[in-house]
Amino acid sequence: MTDNGILDAYEAVAGKDVLDHLRQLARPLMGLRVVHVNSTRVGGGVAEILHKMVPLMQALGLDASWEVIEGDSVFYQCTKGFHNGIQGNRVDLPESYLKAYEETNRQSAETLADTLRHAEIVIIHDPQPAAMITHFPERKAQWVWRCHIDASRPFRPVWKYLREFIYQYDASIFSLAAFARRLPHPAYLIAPSIDPLHEKNIELERDEIEATYTQFQVDSNRPIILQVSRFDRFKDPLGVIQSYKTAKHFLPSLQLILAGGEASDDPEGKGVLNDVRLASGDDPDIKVLMLPGDAHRTINALQRIADIVLQKSLREGFGLTVAEAMWKKKPVIGGDTGGIRIQVINHHTGFLVNSPEGAALRIRYLLQNRDILNQMGEKARAFVHENFLITRHLREYLTLFFVLLYGDQERIEL
Amino acid sequence: MNDQATVYPFFVKDCALIAIATGMRAQNLRELTERLREVEANCIFYHFWGGLLRPRFDNPEYHNDFAVWVAESLHNKALAEKLAAIDPSAFETVENLRNEVIETLEEELDEAEYPSWAKKDSLFDFLRCRLVIFDTKLTVSVPEDFVPLLPNLSLGSIFFHFIDGRRRNMNSLDDFRNWITSFGPSYENLDRRLGEICPYFTPLNKLREQLSQAFRLSFEGKPS
Repeated sequence: MTDNGILDAYEAVAGKDVLDHLRQLARPLMGLRVVHVNSTRVGGGVAEILHKMVPLMQALGLDASWEVIEGDSVFYQCTKGFHNGIQGNRVDLPESYLKAYEETNRQSAETLADTLRHAEIVIIHDPQPAAMITHFPERKAQWVWRCHIDASRPFRPVWKYLREFIYQYDASIFSLAAFARRLPHPAYLIAPSIDPLHEKNIELERDEIEATYTQFQVDSNRPIILQVSRFDRFKDPLGVIQSYKTAKHFLPSLQLILAGGEASDDPEGKGVLNDVRLASGDDPDIKVLMLPGDAHRTINALQRIADIVLQKSLREGFGLTVAEAMWKKKPVIGGDTGGIRIQVINHHTGFLVNSPEGAALRIRYLLQNRDILNQMGEKARAFVHENFLITRHLREYLTLFFVLLYGDQERIEL
Repeated sequence: MNDQATVYPFFVKDCALIAIATGMRAQNLRELTERLREVEANCIFYHFWGGLLRPRFDNPEYHNDFAVWVAESLHNKALAEKLAAIDPSAFETVENLRNEVIETLEEELDEAEYPSWAKKDSLFDFLRCRLVIFDTKLTVSVPEDFVPLLPNLSLGSIFFHFIDGRRRNMNSLDDFRNWITSFGPSYENLDRRLGEICPYFTPLNKLREQLSQAFRLSFEGKPS
């Protein structure tokens, strides 16, 4: 797609005023050399965002690029441990893992030396490439650590190790204030976003949506509730089943779809999946779907055939599946936690709940009040349009670049 | 008409805001009050006005972050109502606004029989913000010229001129009214209409509509 093509495509969805604003904001940043670094080009939310964020920055005239570091299996085991540790899980990281981590970062710093030395802004995503900064003691660029994880209550030994690297950065970015740590540099807040042009979110043809009913043997004439998430205790799939069973007592025609990724080698995930299957029993109206990681259109169609989407998490990072469902005009019944709280506006775009009983009550209420369900869906879509599209995310990146370039002053007048 | 030689054109600007976590948090009213004394003025400004430029539902029950937190995390609806009733546009300086919030909290602390605590995942996070202001290259010579222009101004422009202006101008007026006064009494009608628009309860897109309407009605039937 050409530079103008990509901007036009987003203008068609986000609106002319939004794109005009971005074009004006980006004008003084023409040619700015920005390098993003992460550890994977495919899979995961970070790569998904960068696939669109970098071309959008380029289309606006910035000299943006994206580099990926690669390590061996020990490196990835170590960084998986960091990921879990930052989220507060107890992990044991042997010395050999940390050595592999530091060595991969040293080698990557060597490989990327030229690119990073010429950059004006370097954005390092998550802990995987975070240690590279130590190899650029005379750096001139502004280095920013972009943390996509909830770092509010990390496992202390992991944070103690990583903070030696993080402290060297000029700034950090967190998704929510509650996720931020106290750091010796400014901690900017930029919420994540959804890409309206991704397969997960684009409009689908009626036929494709209709085919989903047949594919998964669900009845298009009866109400459907859906939760899309990993089979993880924090996502509370068992609580969802309990809510469904309570609501079904009053609404016998109700159907539930639980759609998740394929069981990984994570023994906890397999255990939860077994529990989900046990709890589902032989109820033909509960569908437990194991979908491959690239089943984006299927997820998209499932969200569109659902009457209500649930995200009944007990603990959640940001939970972008909420915004994805809201974009499709679905009210969301979400757990009262983490980033769900800023997406689900209680009684407006859905309901925040604290128990399976609460979720069941809201399911019944919405299915009995179709006009309210539809109104909430409309409001949900408008709320995402204003606040959670990639164009807002991009605007905040551009704003941050000015603050990084002009210094941390209260107001920067260009 | 007055001597317009002394009147400068209106330079339309736009702005974008980014929030910064200060790392300061509060779990109860006493901590909230103590931190409020320490934080920079910009922080108070952000918690009253920043909601207009960040993800927030158009019709929140409470219009500032302190009131929202007291209602949702401390479950003290009476205090939340008192805090929500503090209209920041009624205060000439942020320091006066800060004092009013502290006064309201202290009154509650004096009367409360026991302090309420927020859950650990519902602390109040003090944020500050940075504002980037840029030129749109649009200039307006006379107020009438705003009639076709206003409906298309960005929400950032509305925030900068109608909200942020009150902080910048010595007379605490927004940029539109501040500019109009330089024409003398010719635009009293418009000035009165603009003065009746309350920015505190209104999302920016609605404010833009109200401003557009005020300009349109003031010049209805007049040749532009």
